[in-house]
Formats: sequence, C-alpha cells, structure tokens
Amino acid sequence: MKEIDELNLPGDIYYSKEHEWAAKEGDIIRIGISDYAQDQLGDIVFVELPETGSSFERDEEFGTLESVKAVSEIYLPVSGEIVAVNSELEDAPELLNEDPYANWIVEVRPTDIDQYDELLSKDDYVAMLKG
Amino acid sequence: MTEAKQLKTTALHSSHLTHDANMAEFGGYDMPLWYPSGTKAEHLAVISRAGLFDTSHMAVLTLEGRGAFELLQYSFTRDLLHCQGKSNTPLSAGSSVYGLFLRSDGTVLDDAIIGQLGAERYMIVVNSSMGAAVSAHLRELSEGGVTITDYTDELGKIDLQGPASARILHSLLSDPEQVLADMGYFTFKGDIFPGGSAALRLKDGTSVVLSRTGYTGEFGFELFAEKADILHLWDTLLGAGEPYGLLPCGLAARDSLRAGAMLPLSHQDIGDWLFGHTPWSFVLPWDQKGDGWTKTFIGGEQLLQGKRDYTYGFAGYDPRKITISSTSEVQDGHGRPIGTILTCTTDMAIGRVGEHIFSIATPTSKGRPDSFQARGLSCGFVRVGRPCEPGEKVWLVEGKRKLTVEIRKNIRPDRTARAPMARMRNR
Repeated sequence: MKEIDELNLPGDIYYSKEHEWAAKEGDIIRIGISDYAQDQLGDIVFVELPETGSSFERDEEFGTLESVKAVSEIYLPVSGEIVAVNSELEDAPELLNEDPYANWIVEVRPTDIDQYDELLSKDDYVAMLKG
Repeated sequence: MTEAKQLKTTALHSSHLTHDANMAEFGGYDMPLWYPSGTKAEHLAVISRAGLFDTSHMAVLTLEGRGAFELLQYSFTRDLLHCQGKSNTPLSAGSSVYGLFLRSDGTVLDDAIIGQLGAERYMIVVNSSMGAAVSAHLRELSEGGVTITDYTDELGKIDLQGPASARILHSLLSDPEQVLADMGYFTFKGDIFPGGSAALRLKDGTSVVLSRTGYTGEFGFELFAEKADILHLWDTLLGAGEPYGLLPCGLAARDSLRAGAMLPLSHQDIGDWLFGHTPWSFVLPWDQKGDGWTKTFIGGEQLLQGKRDYTYGFAGYDPRKITISSTSEVQDGHGRPIGTILTCTTDMAIGRVGEHIFSIATPTSKGRPDSFQARGLSCGFVRVGRPCEPGEKVWLVEGKRKLTVEIRKNIRPDRTARAPMARMRNR
C-alpha cells in the first residue's frame, strides 16, 4: 500500500471525504476516484455506472466499484444530473487502477455550483488522510 | 496500521514490506494481501504459470508415540485404514490426507492435513492460530503415551503452486528425476522433525518437507523448512521461478483461487455449526451403505442424529460480489430467505459463454472459443436450510444489492491439482 506522500494527488482538482475527485470543466463537473481509493481497493474488476440523465443528491450513491477484495459504493460529491458516463470502464475497469485521473467515471451538471467549492482542496484531503 | 504491532509476523515479513506488499491481518498474523502486480495477475499466474505464497501462518504439530494412530482414529474424521487412493488403502508413510477435527457436538474445531512420517508418527497442519486449540483438544482425548508438539514458531511454510511448479523445483533438487517421479497428489518427502531420518535436501543443503498439496486447486507443492531457512528458500524459489513467470502472491489470490476450486475456508465455510451436507462429505468415514461410519469417532454420532443443513458452491454471471454482513442472505427464486452466504469472491480466470463456464486453462479442444476472454465470475459458498439442485438459481442479497447466482457442483473447470506428474514435469 502506498504511503500518503507517495500518492498522486493533483493540486488543481477537489476531493471528497469518500475519496472521489471532482474537476470543473466549463459548466460540468467530472468525477472520478482518487489514487488513494484505487490503491486501497486493489485491482478493480467491475464498474457499475448510472444511467445518463439520472439525477442524484450530494453524497448519494451513484454506482459501485468491484475490486477483487470488496464491493465499494461511489458517492456523488455534488448534486446534479449525470450527463455522461465513461463506458470505456465497463470493458476495461482496470483503467481506474492505471490512471484514476485520466479515467473519469461520470460527468455531472451540478444543480448548485457552490457545492463544488465546498469540497476538499488537495491540502485538506491530505490532512484528512493523515487523520 | 497501528494494530499491526501486536500481530505475529512470519520469517518473510520484512521481505513482504520491502517488496511493497499490501498487508492486512489474517489469523493473528500481519500477512500480504497482494503484491504490486495485483490480485488478478497473481490469480492468473497460478493458473497459467506459477505463484509463490507465504503460508507460514499455518500451524504445524507433530503427534507421536504409542497410541498416536488410535488417537487420530478417534479424533479425526478420516478412517486412516481406508483413506488412500481409489482403492481406499490405509494411510502410509509419505502420504497425507485431508479431514476434520470435530468437537463432541459434531461442530468443526478445524480442518487439517495429516501426513504420516512413520509408524505412530504424524505431522498435522492446521489453520493459523489453531495450533494451541487442536493440541489441547488432542491432549484431552488422549489416554497418554503420545507426545504432541507445536512446531509453528520454529518452522515456516511456502506454497509453490501452478503448472510450472515441477519445472521450477527441478533446478533446485539434486536428484529431481528421482524425487519427483513418483510424487502423486497428497504424497510428501522429507522429514525436518527431531528423530526423522528421511531427510530431503535441496542442492544448496536446505532441508525441507516437500508435499504435493496446496490450497489453489492447481498443481503444486507445499514446502516446510526451519524458520531460519525460510527467507533463503523464498528468494531461491523466486529466482528459479523468474524465467517461468512466477509471481509472489498474497492471501487475496489464495482466497479467490481456493473458492474457484471448491475448497472450504475453515471458520468461514465450515465451523461452529454441525457439519452438514456439504461438497466435502468425502471427509467423513462413510460405510458401504452410506448411512453410517466405518469407525467410532468424536462427533460422529451427533452427525447422524442432528439436523444437518446444506452447503453448496455457487457461481454468478459476472464479477460482481456481495459483501457478507449481518443482513446479507440467500433467497430462493420467489424472494424467500433460505440461508446465509459463507464466502463470496471473484475467480478472475473464468467466464461464461452462454450458461457454460470456461477457464483460461480450458483447451480449445474442449470447446473454449478462440475469442474467449475471462471477465471473472463471482463464486463461493452458501449454507441453506433445504436441498438445492445443481443449476438452481438463487439470489444473494445485501441491502439494495441483489445478484443471481447458480448452485454448482464445480466452479473453475480444468484445474491441474491432480494432473499426472509425468505430464507436469515436461510442460
């Protein structure tokens, strides 16, 4: 398992307490899982994605990741409508292990953009991981 | 992992850390779950090439002295007079047998592999942290005259598993042809215990017990050696295995391999409940009529009288699993609860074409399509209150999650554990 200082945590995106990341791209927000999450899960072997067009509240479960070890829910860090899903992950879930930032999971049109700014910065996230 | 400090460690612990293994507690030990290559690569390596496991957490006892045979006949579920090979011959020196130690109420204390070292001399391999409990159990049942010794802290064990195992061992043995030629499934060579005379040494002088057993369903060996020799043995095997694509493997791959091979995990698939109708009923000393025992043994009467439930293997339709919790359950096709989930993991080497399950090891001559890609299937064991037929669909349910799985007699096809040595030596 990686030490905290070995994790790849880009400074220009935000993080959630549940180890998702969020990146603003114009008026949509891309969501994925952090390097910490993929490292903890181990080999990801299946990804359950939501339907495009479905809506979720902040912190609501929108899909699951299946590692060899466990089933993990993934939670939407901001309320909104799913406008795109990365269906490449259905055939190649291991992409999340290979590069968890290049391989986003969903794109969301947020209902309240202020929720984005309430997420954790890299420094806040590292502080949380260090407990 | 602050609690790791109180856990026991094996002789390979610092090696696991140096090699960036992902560590976790198992059976009171801090053990590798997987190495950087990941569980999937490790699982597949054991099926197509070879994998190396640190299994030094398992407990090793010896039982010797006048009365040792009688004590095992009374305490162990196998009839040692009728347990070897297809013709059910008596256990003999250099052979081993899998079975259970039951409590007097018919529940399972632990499972074990017992190897006969000589007349009234046995080695007994039980699960992690179970050495003291099984020793105490045997002492309680003993009428004196036997000596029970727990060697767990003085020894280590390494499992070399996978079709390339014999070729990897070949370069390490001084007389490989002679050592390997007659090594059938569940036989062993060597004796590292005090008083033993049948020493088996590697070329470099390391004394080992080499046993053709394992916990993956694949061809391979378990090697026992003095704790002081284990790190050297591990590095030697890793080096010899490198040209064959051998990977060091963690307990996660061990768990998914054994589940796909329909092997139970003690205290999870068998345990503190009456040993029921299971895929492992061969461990009981059934008489010819199949309704009684060939010998008297502890717990035997209770098995015949008690209400025994039903344990089955299952396989799903994709890699998705159910997390086992206090609320997870098995439901029949009408949504009625019928039992509990014992094990649920994913065998990454198998997949379905229609309803049929293939393994990456299935030859195309047996129908595996050229285009077959194993996406992995969930698999494991359920314990239910009524009989099920193979092929019956049941639901595994936990919270909102619900998976359809099929009751199976067999999960991963084309396993190599029992393959003839002559074939595996040259593969």
